[in-house]
Amino acid sequence: MISEPIIRVRDLVFRRGRKIILDGISLDVRRGDIVAFMGPSGAGKSTLLQLIAGQLRPDEGSIEVNGQDVASMSDRELYRFRRHIGVLLQNGALFTDLTVFENIATPVREHTNLPEALIRRLIMTKLNAVGLGGTEDLMPYELSGGMARRVALARAVVLDPLIMLYDEPMTGLDPIAVSTVRTLMRETNDALGLTSLIVTHNVTQMGKLVDYCYIIASAKIAGAGTPEELSFSDDPGVDQFINGKMDGPIAFHYETPGTPWNLLN
Amino acid sequence: MNTRADKSSLGRHYLLDPVQNAGSCLLFLLRMLAGLRPQLSQAQAVLQQTYLIGARSLVIIMICGFFVGMVLSLQAINALEQFGASDQVSLLVGKSLFRELGPVLTALLFAGRAGTSITAEIGLMRATSQIDAMELMAIDPIQRVALPRFLAGLISVPLLTAMFNALAILGSVVFAIGVMGLDAGIFWSKLQTGVLFSKDFLGGVWKSIAFGGIVSLVAVYFGYTAKPTGAGVGTATTNTVVLSSVLVLIFDFILTSFFS
Repeated sequence: MISEPIIRVRDLVFRRGRKIILDGISLDVRRGDIVAFMGPSGAGKSTLLQLIAGQLRPDEGSIEVNGQDVASMSDRELYRFRRHIGVLLQNGALFTDLTVFENIATPVREHTNLPEALIRRLIMTKLNAVGLGGTEDLMPYELSGGMARRVALARAVVLDPLIMLYDEPMTGLDPIAVSTVRTLMRETNDALGLTSLIVTHNVTQMGKLVDYCYIIASAKIAGAGTPEELSFSDDPGVDQFINGKMDGPIAFHYETPGTPWNLLN
Repeated sequence: MNTRADKSSLGRHYLLDPVQNAGSCLLFLLRMLAGLRPQLSQAQAVLQQTYLIGARSLVIIMICGFFVGMVLSLQAINALEQFGASDQVSLLVGKSLFRELGPVLTALLFAGRAGTSITAEIGLMRATSQIDAMELMAIDPIQRVALPRFLAGLISVPLLTAMFNALAILGSVVFAIGVMGLDAGIFWSKLQTGVLFSKDFLGGVWKSIAFGGIVSLVAVYFGYTAKPTGAGVGTATTNTVVLSSVLVLIFDFILTSFFS
């Protein structure tokens, strides 16, 4: 049975100044799937994630998450909506003045009135789930990159969100840490019944993890499909990105209006 | 050729940008105050920040206060001796300290010691995406990060000013009585009768509250709006010291005119 989409994006346009970052993006994400947004650096993948989380507002088009139109929400509604999403940012973004325990406890204390004993049990459960039991009293600067990412994952799922957003979750990690984080992402998604969106430019790391991929290049969706479908795609843009070719429709130069004239001047 | 464009960018740089910044700073203040809640967690955060930025500034304030009191007495005795009025030294030191030097110097020292650290800390939180993470966790960073630091500054500066004044008087006592051999009874009686509670003492208290608000607001605002890069945080920190110092001196004149 095909489950209904939990995220529906239609004709999305987003500009920064005169530059178009995303141009007419339409996509669906099914409930329970792990979906990757892949593409070269600067293609607009993280911007798309920020738009879905309501951090940015689109210039045109609509973004529907779990039946709610994110683009038209007030600030108060957005804050309420964000209680149902978990986000893992590129560097983990742990609060540097708080211990590991307090980092994970922050959203719990903010949004619930649970007694302290229950908060402790909840946090220790999450910490053990990411394999970091015993690190609760450490400060973020005492953690390795992989450990910090796992603590951030525990913090992101502590309130049992509906949707997880990952922004470059593997960047800067060694191969063992990559495998650990990747396994945790899959297990967390399946065990908690989440839907996960992952922004990445790393093709090889994602092949084993994701159910579906969108390749974003030059502000548009250049290709979509399962990792197997994309690896056999004859679309020139998809082929260029997947195989890391210099030549192809994905431009090397930053596009600015009047560039040829600038060269002449 | 580009005169018109130059004029327009000059106008933007010197007129529009400062007005726009002042407006958004005021809105930032209102957003902070709107986040005031009678919550225990907020009170704890304010208390913790008061310790971090207030209590930890105590040593520098006390050292500076002591030496300012000493040098004030030295200069006053040198000047008053010519008129045979060196017994008036405590009056001169007391009035200048409580009215002007105490609040102003404490605010300038606070801007350099605590204002910079507030801006750098919040700026770094932005640069390392901690502010973004809070927003995405549906936690208002203005209420959680900016407000406790602002309130802590507002509380700390008057208390630090009191400490500065006390140590400056002590410095004056050490120099005038201990070194120059002035009569202790005359020193204290002139200070007691000459320094007025409402005009001199309370005038200084109001000023120090205003300066605490100004320095803390500038520090949290520049930190919060810093560009998320190393250079951006550096620029924001410099701007905090420069602007808060200038504003303290400007408002010192305005408040003195008002209280006079």
